[in-house]
Amino acid sequence: MSLAEIMLAVLWAGLTAYVLFGGADFGGGIWDLLAGGAQAGRRRRDLIEHSIGPIWEANHVWLIFVIVLMWTGIPSVFAAIASTLYIPLTLAALGIIARGAAFAFRKVSIELWQRRLFGATFAFSSIVTPFFLGTVAGAIASGRVPAGIAEGDFLTSWLNPTSAVAGALAVGTAAYLAAVYLTRDAQRVGDKDLAEDFRRRALACGAVVGLVSAAGLVVLRADAPRLFTELTGGRALPFLVLSIVAGLVSLVLLWRRAFLAVRITASLAVAGLLWGWGVGQYPYLLAGVTLRQAAATDAVLAASLGALAVGALLLLPSLWWLYATFQRDHTARATVPRDLDH
Amino acid sequence: MNPADLLAVTGADLAAARMQMALSLGWHIVIACFGVGMPAITLIAEWRGHRSGDVHYRLLARRWAKAMGVLFAVGAVSGTILSFEMGVLWPGLMGAYGQVIGLPFSLEGIAFFIEAIFLGIYLYAWDRLPPRIHLLSGIPIVLAGVASAFFVVTANAWMQQPTGFDAEGGRIVAVDPWAAMFNPATPPQTVHMILAAFMVAGFGMASVYAVAMLRGRRDRYHRLGLLLPLAVAAVITPVQIGVGDWAAHFVASNQPVKLAAMEGVFETERGVPLHVGGIAVDGEMRYALEIPYGLSLLAHWNPNAEIMGLNEVPPADRPPVNVVHWAFQIMVGAGFALLGLSAWLALAWWRRRDLPSSPWFLRAAALSGVAAALALEAGWVVTEVGRQPWIVYGVMRTAEAVNPAPGLVWGFVLVTVVYAALTVATVYVLRRLARDIPVPIAPQERDVTGYKVV
Repeated sequence: MSLAEIMLAVLWAGLTAYVLFGGADFGGGIWDLLAGGAQAGRRRRDLIEHSIGPIWEANHVWLIFVIVLMWTGIPSVFAAIASTLYIPLTLAALGIIARGAAFAFRKVSIELWQRRLFGATFAFSSIVTPFFLGTVAGAIASGRVPAGIAEGDFLTSWLNPTSAVAGALAVGTAAYLAAVYLTRDAQRVGDKDLAEDFRRRALACGAVVGLVSAAGLVVLRADAPRLFTELTGGRALPFLVLSIVAGLVSLVLLWRRAFLAVRITASLAVAGLLWGWGVGQYPYLLAGVTLRQAAATDAVLAASLGALAVGALLLLPSLWWLYATFQRDHTARATVPRDLDH
Repeated sequence: MNPADLLAVTGADLAAARMQMALSLGWHIVIACFGVGMPAITLIAEWRGHRSGDVHYRLLARRWAKAMGVLFAVGAVSGTILSFEMGVLWPGLMGAYGQVIGLPFSLEGIAFFIEAIFLGIYLYAWDRLPPRIHLLSGIPIVLAGVASAFFVVTANAWMQQPTGFDAEGGRIVAVDPWAAMFNPATPPQTVHMILAAFMVAGFGMASVYAVAMLRGRRDRYHRLGLLLPLAVAAVITPVQIGVGDWAAHFVASNQPVKLAAMEGVFETERGVPLHVGGIAVDGEMRYALEIPYGLSLLAHWNPNAEIMGLNEVPPADRPPVNVVHWAFQIMVGAGFALLGLSAWLALAWWRRRDLPSSPWFLRAAALSGVAAALALEAGWVVTEVGRQPWIVYGVMRTAEAVNPAPGLVWGFVLVTVVYAALTVATVYVLRRLARDIPVPIAPQERDVTGYKVV
């Protein structure tokens, strides 16, 4: 493997992490939107806030990681994508800022009207943001971003069948992953009703996402034939098969209430789609642009990959501690400081 | 009107892109300063709370941790927008030089990741960790915050002093990413910025408590809330003035055109006076207070040193003098005002081990946060506007880097609306946080719900 290939694999792994972790946080916002009225939905919203509160910022960093690695490793491709697709990217960026700020603001707000306002902002932007990011993916996958700066069509590049399906899939997978994760979270805090509630939602959502994926293949056949060919009969076929099988197994596991195991299979189903796309498109990054043409110099790739490797040594134990701290069964030990007992 | 007209390229697009970048950077930088400086100040309070058993310190630490959580969230997302904008607004820069400045951004990403992880632990695990471990979990936040500030400023320093790459006919053929990162501008710029972050955080936090004390809340809680961040900022301020001098010397040697704009020097001369105030009209400074030989002395320690004037470069290569000159005056003025406030505090402390008793001190302290933020913004205006018309000094013009796509003006309008709403909401939420009685942030926090801050 060349340095450029390693870099691309690391970039794709980062994208996968963002979709699996950050995507689920978006999904949490979607379920927040669908949680019901202020009273009826309170328990659901509390669980969502409790689940994503400590981790969403760390999960969000994967996106920054992907963007930075793109402009470091494949600068001309990054410039082409960002300049042609500046409209959906600007809208996604605004969605990100509205969502993060509103979530943090709601957390510290007490009055109902504020919680409603910030909650609505958080939930609404949780749908908008993955949708626009999905349209960007669709634009790249269907070869509508040409090489060069601002060479593509500023509207049709992301307003097209593949982008529409990719946007819907981004929203759907986010909601599905979140429902799957929240089922287990509800079970862990001992709320049986809520676990059942999210189980039902996860089953329904999983079925819908499966149908959208199938529809997506039909759209790809007409709109992105090269990718369709690779997915259905080429190098990317194993990933498509993995995704379909894992998706079906997930539904069975959800049905049988194996809430921990389904986290793994649901993640595999989504990751399979992503890697299918990546492998299906390789070695082309954009229409007519190969990795070899676009890659940065080896000195840059080596320095960045080396830095990331060292960084990983610091990050992995830290991440493990973060998840271990908040994913353990936990009962608060009330330790009342003595100096306040007056 | 058909949609095609809305999407026509106009000359306003470059201005809109620059304004959008200025708005989003200028907004983020203030918040980011709290992300760098606030954790350290909060940890000092928590540590003193454990050491002395003084409940006020612990209450302050918790209150600040809450505010820190909000500010960090807003800082994280407003920083993410910037990485989008690097490509969306300046694809010419990133396409050509993204790989040259990629390494510090990768390192910044790692540092920021660590900051986010430990902040999640620090904010949410008060009740899950023993006090000592909880305090220790805050230390990586401080280190990572300073590290990410360092890395990201090295990238800007590279734009001032581009090194570490070979280009042939506009194509990059060789890159030394470490040389690009440790370019000549890196030492003064990074130190100047990190100290500025601590000043903005310290004075900004102190302002909140100075206002409360002016409203008659003179209890120990508010006094400590004023004293601790103010003391941190006051210790740093004189150091910062010295570092600022170092940074100005660097500019004098390495970016003479920027220095000429900062000081309104149009003709190359020896024994150049220092202009205080004044307006540049038709290639000369008017209405300025002139200090003879001042600039030559300050810039080169020699009253007869030669200073290059703006007329050495063609008009198209000059930054806008009045903007840069006034931004520099404002930064220096605010810096010295804060130095005066710091000296006032030091004097009272040295004499009486107490805050100065005059209400004027509180009034000045209440304004110090604004002054520090103003100095910060003005400093960045000097740095960035003073570099114009170059985006990469002497290598690439800002106009070459901008996205040629039509309709950037609309993006700027939209971004402005969102940021206006964000500003209102952030200020509102922080004010509520500062005023309300402490809200529990964990189950064991019940002990402080009844603690009235009057």
